[in-house]
Amino acid sequence: MQATTTASAIDIVAWFVYLLAAVMFVMGLHYMNSPKTARKGNFISAAGMVIAVVMAFVKLFVQHDLIHSWVAIGLLVAGIAVGAVAGVWSAKKVKMTDMPQLVSVFNTVGGGAAALVALNDILAAEGTPALVVLITAGLGVMIGSVTFTGSLIAAGKLQGIGWVKKLSLPGKSVWNVLFALLTVASLVMLCVMPGQRLLWSVLTTVFALCYGLVFVIPIGGADMPVVISILNACTGTAVAMSGLAIDNVALIVAGALVGSAGVTLSVLMSKAMNRPLLSVLAGGFGGSDGAAGSADGPEGTMKETSADDLAVQLVYADKVIFVPGFGLAQAQAQRELADLGELLKEHGVEVEYAIHPVAGRMPGHMNVLLAEANVPYEELVDLDDINPQFPSANVSLVVGANDVTNPAARKPGTPVSGMPILDVDKSQNVVVMKRGRGKGYAGIENELYFEPNTQMLFGDAKAGLQAVIAAVKELLA
Amino acid sequence: MPSLVISVTLFILALLIGIEVIGKVPATLHTPLMSGANSIHGIVIVGVVIVAAEADTPLSFVFIFLAAVLGTMNVVGGYVVTDRMLEMFKSDKKNEGGAK
Repeated sequence: MQATTTASAIDIVAWFVYLLAAVMFVMGLHYMNSPKTARKGNFISAAGMVIAVVMAFVKLFVQHDLIHSWVAIGLLVAGIAVGAVAGVWSAKKVKMTDMPQLVSVFNTVGGGAAALVALNDILAAEGTPALVVLITAGLGVMIGSVTFTGSLIAAGKLQGIGWVKKLSLPGKSVWNVLFALLTVASLVMLCVMPGQRLLWSVLTTVFALCYGLVFVIPIGGADMPVVISILNACTGTAVAMSGLAIDNVALIVAGALVGSAGVTLSVLMSKAMNRPLLSVLAGGFGGSDGAAGSADGPEGTMKETSADDLAVQLVYADKVIFVPGFGLAQAQAQRELADLGELLKEHGVEVEYAIHPVAGRMPGHMNVLLAEANVPYEELVDLDDINPQFPSANVSLVVGANDVTNPAARKPGTPVSGMPILDVDKSQNVVVMKRGRGKGYAGIENELYFEPNTQMLFGDAKAGLQAVIAAVKELLA
Repeated sequence: MPSLVISVTLFILALLIGIEVIGKVPATLHTPLMSGANSIHGIVIVGVVIVAAEADTPLSFVFIFLAAVLGTMNVVGGYVVTDRMLEMFKSDKKNEGGAK
């Protein structure tokens, strides 16, 4: 009798501690609304996590007979130690250009852990688990497994691992439908025939793992940001489902928060790319570019310029807007661009950076890359705020960005039509730094390059910017 | 089953809070937001501790060890890398100490 009272008391304490952790996660995300408070937010969220984990351990020691679960606790602690070392190591080592891969890897492990917890809950139950547990834990297994293999492939593609990129899937929709059906069928069987739950839960896991593969393999590399967001949402949902299965408020609330974050960001991204979310997920675009080739290319010739000419234009300008794209990051030239900006500002030129929502490989990626190069965040301006400013800019310098500056997006009938673009062409002069004459991801020529006020500077962005910096320094000397 | 009803209610309310809070995050911070949210789903580690209490078969021991490794890597790595990113966000007014 005494024991039961203690147990329920600790249950109530635990409930409120988990709730506190959940509140701290919400606060942490709330403080992310400004770069000034964001670091504090991350800290609050981490503190919430520590509180929740400590509570779980306290409950473990108070409620259970230690002798029986000694092995489990030893393995648990060892696992946490290994995971912590691996986590810190990878987080310290990663380059900022490789952030999307790392997020994807963390998704993989999070999804895997959620699937394991749910799977264990189904298998370890004594007697037949309740239908509710079967449904929620089954969903946790399913979603977690899909995220596991899906994120792994996504990370491989983003990392540019050759054989992962070359993977292709003939008849992709057939496989997609097949494995989706098999997964759902196994899940249903698991709920209908809980007597054979080992068989059906293993089948659900295997089919879901296969579905994760066939889901992500056909999707093109440039669509990966959306996919990562979606998979992030999936992991969150898997965690929430595991939370429902083991009846834990912290898992439910945290999972739901991550789920909504993932969905919100995916919707934002796909809007900025002008593609319905579903078409990204169906994996069209990236594979075939048949439609793109038929569009009429713009007429005219490109005018080339030199680093010296560009330096003159920049130095005598009142206002300059930089338009960085992922080409800048690929050339590792963020610091050069930041240095050039600093140099011009010291000379009294107004400098701003126009950031398109899909610049980079994940939402907000370009902002992180430029922050790393010490560009103050006030100078990074969103699409909506920078577009009215282009007409007053003497020079716009586009570095490694293509489709997001194509004025063809304003006309119907092209692959980029309707996509929100930066109105670079409205500035008085445009200089485009570009590696070669190749087309952008959408596979069409950029009309901007043929405008009378546009000049091209071909070559590597890093070397080109260094030449411009040297020329500017010479002019100012 | 009233406990499930409450749990599902919590889930849905938390979804709504999430959408509301996330919608206010500026585009500048979307990458740290994503990695921060990513570490939050590492809360699954709490689930691992809870199921560890009931583990008694070799299979579940394996599951617990693996899940603990994966979940902790997710949490710890996620928070560390998010902090690393946020530390870099500096304001223009250099004397005011940047992102803190």
